[in-house]
Amino acid sequence: MTRHDRDTVTGDGQTRRKVLECMTWAGTGVLWTVSGGVPRALGLIDQAQAQTQSQTSGQDGLTFLQISDSHIGFDKAANPATSRTLEEAIGRVKALPAKPAFMIHTGDITHLSKAAEFDDADHIIGGARLDVHYVPGEHDVIDEEAKLYRERYGRGTKGAGWYSLDASGVHFIGLVNVVDLKSGGLGNLGPDQLAWLADDLAGRSAETPIVVFAHIPLWAVYPAWGWGTDDGGRALSLLARFGSVTVLNGHIHQVMQKVEGNVTFHTACSTAFPQPAPGAAPSPGPLKVADDKLRTKLGLSSVTFRRGEQRLAIIDQTLA
Amino acid sequence: MTSRTEVSKSVLRRFGVAVLLGLALAAPAARGETSAPAAAKVSIDNFTFSPDRLTVAPGTTVTWTNADDIPHTVVATGKAFRSKALDTDDSFAFTFTTPGTFDYFCSLHPHMHATIVVEAGRS
Ligand SMILES: [Cu+2]
Repeated sequence: MTRHDRDTVTGDGQTRRKVLECMTWAGTGVLWTVSGGVPRALGLIDQAQAQTQSQTSGQDGLTFLQISDSHIGFDKAANPATSRTLEEAIGRVKALPAKPAFMIHTGDITHLSKAAEFDDADHIIGGARLDVHYVPGEHDVIDEEAKLYRERYGRGTKGAGWYSLDASGVHFIGLVNVVDLKSGGLGNLGPDQLAWLADDLAGRSAETPIVVFAHIPLWAVYPAWGWGTDDGGRALSLLARFGSVTVLNGHIHQVMQKVEGNVTFHTACSTAFPQPAPGAAPSPGPLKVADDKLRTKLGLSSVTFRRGEQRLAIIDQTLA
Repeated sequence: MTSRTEVSKSVLRRFGVAVLLGLALAAPAARGETSAPAAAKVSIDNFTFSPDRLTVAPGTTVTWTNADDIPHTVVATGKAFRSKALDTDDSFAFTFTTPGTFDYFCSLHPHMHATIVVEAGRS
């Protein structure tokens, strides 16, 4: 049920075709890349939920959701109604047959870090009635010292808002790579956060499944557009001894996946607007698509962990 | 100007150049009288500062305007100036009084960076 073999799961010729299409612009290494559209994905999420419910409970596994890049406050041509599409995404969450353990939000909650934007986002996301674990995107820390973000989401976190938590035997680590960025550079974790990460991981069994989430991809997706993290490799080297590592990011407003040894990298769709494939446009700015295609480019992800399986199953669902 | 719609584009181009040359020749006398402060513009478009290297005389006010659908900032690497986030069509202006080389970048998208050179004897 992992995404890279889902064409055999669905037996769907259209799915396989989409995977192949998108591999044509994949530049480096072994890389699975998929555009937003997953036909009948809602059915797939239902299946995953049903299996989770019947086969796993408590210590045996869990399912959680990832949403990203809500950009509440953005109202330009690429999507003048970002509140409505976020509401639709939360509607999908509420309609799930089994309640996920919690949700993570991988940043860019707001477009301009305004109090009213945070309020609107909180109100809409709160409708899911799930715990939500956040990390900030660069759009959430525009105000000096990231005051508004930290007031709302910073409780119990370190530095600019990083933290870890445990759920059903999985160790979750929320990282911040959108503050104190350096001219000419990419995303940045910084020495303080890396030292904290080393400390957080010290003494943990290599058998512990690890989920790392942060806004900007930790791997070099497309540095020419700033899609990567300068010191992401240092974080990954600290994670190298673990048998199962899943890295979940947002920022690029499209689904992309790469598996490298024990590490699965995955980026989620935005609920607000799509961005172009790397290098497919003059800049990474919002991509305007036909109105009736917009919801095929927006979505959320469901992640299921089952004890005994090395890889977590990630299923992307569009709003179409 | 109202006649522009009536002429073909190629005619307009040649005509336009002639008008501009005429203005340029007529300008110096008037300019000597008023000595307006020097001004220059940098546009932010497609995640790019343009021009990416601009040379101005001391006293020049440079205005950055964001044409993107995404906010950007204008931040001097050496901390000489720092804008707030510029949303679409927002501007930021800074007057350069001292000669020097000023590297700056967007603190939200740090792969965007450019330079202002302030040099006496330039206009
Ligand atoms: Cu920028």
